[in-house]
Amino acid sequence: MTLLRGRAWTFGRDVDTDLIIPARYLNMKTAEELAAHVMEDADPTFASKVQPGDIVVAQENFGCGSSREHAPLALKGAGVSVVIAKSFARIFYRNAFNIGLPILIAPEAVDGIKQGDEVTVDLATGDIADLTTGQKYEAQPLPPFMQELVAAGGLLPYLKRRLAEAG
Amino acid sequence: MAMTMTEKILARAAGKESVAPGDLIMAKLDLCLGNDVTTGVAIDEFEKAGFERVFDAERIALIPDHFTPNKDIKSAGLVKQMRDFARKHGLVHFYDVGRVGIEHAFLPEQGLVGPGDVVLGADSHTCTYGALGAFATGVGSTDLAGAMATGEAWFRVPETHLFQFEGELQPYVTGKDIILFVIGEIGVDGALYKAMEFAGSAIRSLSMDSRFTICNMAIEAGGKTGIIAPDDTTKAYVEGRFRRTPRYYASDPDAWYEKTYFWRAEQVPLLVAKPHLPSNTQPAAELASVKIDQVVIGSCTNGRMEDLRQAAEILRGRKVHKEVRCIVIPATPAVWKQALDEGLLDVFVEAGAAVSTPTCGPCLGGHMGVLAEGERAVATTNRNFVGRMGHPQSEVYLAGPYVAAASAVAGHIATPDQVGGRRLS
Repeated sequence: MTLLRGRAWTFGRDVDTDLIIPARYLNMKTAEELAAHVMEDADPTFASKVQPGDIVVAQENFGCGSSREHAPLALKGAGVSVVIAKSFARIFYRNAFNIGLPILIAPEAVDGIKQGDEVTVDLATGDIADLTTGQKYEAQPLPPFMQELVAAGGLLPYLKRRLAEAG
Repeated sequence: MAMTMTEKILARAAGKESVAPGDLIMAKLDLCLGNDVTTGVAIDEFEKAGFERVFDAERIALIPDHFTPNKDIKSAGLVKQMRDFARKHGLVHFYDVGRVGIEHAFLPEQGLVGPGDVVLGADSHTCTYGALGAFATGVGSTDLAGAMATGEAWFRVPETHLFQFEGELQPYVTGKDIILFVIGEIGVDGALYKAMEFAGSAIRSLSMDSRFTICNMAIEAGGKTGIIAPDDTTKAYVEGRFRRTPRYYASDPDAWYEKTYFWRAEQVPLLVAKPHLPSNTQPAAELASVKIDQVVIGSCTNGRMEDLRQAAEILRGRKVHKEVRCIVIPATPAVWKQALDEGLLDVFVEAGAAVSTPTCGPCLGGHMGVLAEGERAVATTNRNFVGRMGHPQSEVYLAGPYVAAASAVAGHIATPDQVGGRRLS
């Protein structure tokens, strides 16, 4: 698997889905449209400054609040390659897997990585390296079922196969 | 094996004798639902994945409530996509403007969800139906797409946390204060991934409307669902209303709870959650210095009959403060009609409040009461995040209908006693 590489954008705890994509933009639904407003109420400059490959690093409970899949879609559309947090709200966690936005739980990495650090992430191994500080971290391994979903190509291909097998 | 009611419902839906926290299951769904914000993406994913038919045209509810009546051309397009999909697949439970209410008030009222159900909703407040003794949880659009196609969803069986309230509530204290109290105590991720079971004599003394309010906000503590054991109050609500056969579950006396909390009901004051987290609570009586510009009474949290009656008890014969806009939003057409028949709409209009057709509208800063920069609202809604009701520099204070109505009269955050108390007729 390719190594993800980008600059870190750090955020605090309880980043809610209204911060990730404000509800006033939920009359849109494509990743491209939503990406123009991603994180707008947390940092109005984020959408214009974020580069493809960049990495979001956040404290506990990232993605709390609404069930809007538009939140991970907006991040993905903006080119964010992975979100690393101490914990994720559960609907955001499901949604991120379902739309193919990689997310990792790695508390030590979150404590160590600073805004603007150059970071690489190996999704296959969960290895995280902060190239700016030289520190290395390990993310928690994905639960086996989530690995199965990823291997199947996502939730819908997985369910489709189940449906076919059931006849 | 001893199980909580959440575990029993999930075991039944997975076709198993028993399940334990941490188990991964595929569960059969009794109903799945989406709204105008989430369904469009779900339909796109459904069609992109190549699904051709839905699993059951009677078990999918599509409820346009967030930006309806359509606030702009893009929102109109989202609802049109839902409407076309519903027609194409012959969906029985698509409801349009004039017949539709806010989903989490509407579906229980119409008997589309009931005790023992497993309900998957592409809306985070789907957990509301746990008040009926159901397992109901919010997901995103792709999960809804999968549910519409297969009638199944995967779940990790959650650990259950028990929240017990014994004793009698103080005057004007309602379900909203109880759930704000819990969130204030445990924090916005205090029950992350957990089932939150509410129990005790104070919970049993509550109406269904108050119970819906409590379970509605389980998600604001990170919960996967809120749930309350069905009793005579539940049965009286369900009878003659629920369109399928109810399945009543109760937790075994020796069921395992990961955490148990116990409070005296008398400890719960009239509460307000200050910006910008539902956990940022403080007694309403201490916040009289907070001047306000708007009051919103409604939403899936507090837009039911009991809520409107409480607001009317305070607004009857009084006027909304001259510097405050007060917007009342009955959650469903039936609630609207009942409020009309009881004379409550007269009370609101005579007080100087605006009465809206059912919509989520201002709760998520959609329409029908969006805040300008620097403005401040007291709302009976469920979230006070940055920018939730409009401008990123506006503020939302969450409260129950009594405090919201009293604040509308006072022009600042107030308790009913601070404006002279209730007036029953």
